[in-house]
Amino acid sequence: MINVSQIKKGIVIDHIEAGHGFRIYKELHLDQISDPVVLLTNVPSDKMGKKDMLKIETDVPIDMDVLGLIDPGVSINYVRDGAVTKKQKLTLPREVVGIMRCVNPRCITQTEQVDDIHFYLVNEEKRIYRCEYCDAYTTFNESR
Amino acid sequence: MLKGRHLIEPGDFTIEELEEIFELADRIIANQSDYIDLCKGKLLASLFYEPSTRTRFSFESAMMRLGGRVIGFDNPDNSSVSKGESLSDTMRVISGYTDIIVIRHPKEGTARLAGRAVPGTPIINAGDGGHEHPTQTLTDLLTIRHELGSLSGHTIGVCGDLLFGRTIHSLVKTLNRYPDNKFVFISPKELKMPAYFLSMLPEGSYIETDSLDAVIGDVDLLYMSRVQRERFVNEEEYLRLKDVYVLDKKKMAHARDDMIVLHPLPRVNEIAVEVDDDPRALYFKQARYGMYVRMALIAKLLGMA
Repeated sequence: MINVSQIKKGIVIDHIEAGHGFRIYKELHLDQISDPVVLLTNVPSDKMGKKDMLKIETDVPIDMDVLGLIDPGVSINYVRDGAVTKKQKLTLPREVVGIMRCVNPRCITQTEQVDDIHFYLVNEEKRIYRCEYCDAYTTFNESR
Repeated sequence: MLKGRHLIEPGDFTIEELEEIFELADRIIANQSDYIDLCKGKLLASLFYEPSTRTRFSFESAMMRLGGRVIGFDNPDNSSVSKGESLSDTMRVISGYTDIIVIRHPKEGTARLAGRAVPGTPIINAGDGGHEHPTQTLTDLLTIRHELGSLSGHTIGVCGDLLFGRTIHSLVKTLNRYPDNKFVFISPKELKMPAYFLSMLPEGSYIETDSLDAVIGDVDLLYMSRVQRERFVNEEEYLRLKDVYVLDKKKMAHARDDMIVLHPLPRVNEIAVEVDDDPRALYFKQARYGMYVRMALIAKLLGMA
């Protein structure tokens, strides 16, 4: 079993669905952090069978919307002096801004430069979002 | 307060605000000569990034009948778009010259983006691809209100391409905001109302059928629509479906005497020319209501009435 107390200070992203860990590592741009980052994959889990984990040994702002979009089931543990000081569960964001692109080829945002497109959650189960401009439906996976 | 607002989709306005526009349209219809100088000194920009003679003429005649003037283009090759200028920049420049902007564009969401660029100048969406065409909905509502006396408590048949029909989706969605309307969706199975759309309607508020003959006697209003060739990948399928419903005298004989027939125009074959003389066929009158409702809308957004 992995011991959280192995890191003194930082963030542990736990209960990542097996296979999502590397994607979260990439999407959160953890490769750009100079402090240690550990990605564990296929860790045995009583609840999930297998899971991925990320240990980030520094205080870094995490984009909760991106994390929520990739895997809303993760939990985040904040660690101080080797102990977990705060736990946070994620939910799917109701609204995301500037993260997704519209997949509708007829949407104006395909040809005009629009940086801060708002998407609104329309179906939680299927994780479907609606573009604020053309109202087309898309998922985070389709839009990246 | 409608002054300075944009109209991107019918849902931008409350029922009360829509009523404000319809009441002004009623007054204009009753006494057109009282309004010939209402927008004197005001300038409307008519930006048509794709051709649409009917809609453009309707807006331009509306502004001119209010005493206002119009500048614009109906071919983007003649605008700075051809020099690579962004839409937002074009809108900012034009809003400096004019008081109100009408925009039609093939890309969906364009009017919303244009509105974001110029928060102080009213923008009217005159059609953004297959997305929204709110003044067509206002036209339909004003026609129904005049010809049936109200916008609630009706049985409304909509017939034709219910899968892709932007006009029909917008009309049904808006009529659904008024109480006690029932819908009869008439289409071949290939062009049925999308499931997501039906899921927005209250249970029991609609029925679906593929037979116009079976239901024509039940409706207060029959809204016919064209099967659009450009929506089909397969030409054979288009040819098979385009003339599934043709409203002719024989069918009209089964309809009630007080029902009305509407169509957003242009029609192709879905309404036989022989029906045009029937007093229940109101589609040409409907186009005229479109001009009146645009007059009322322009005047309200400019804060002139």
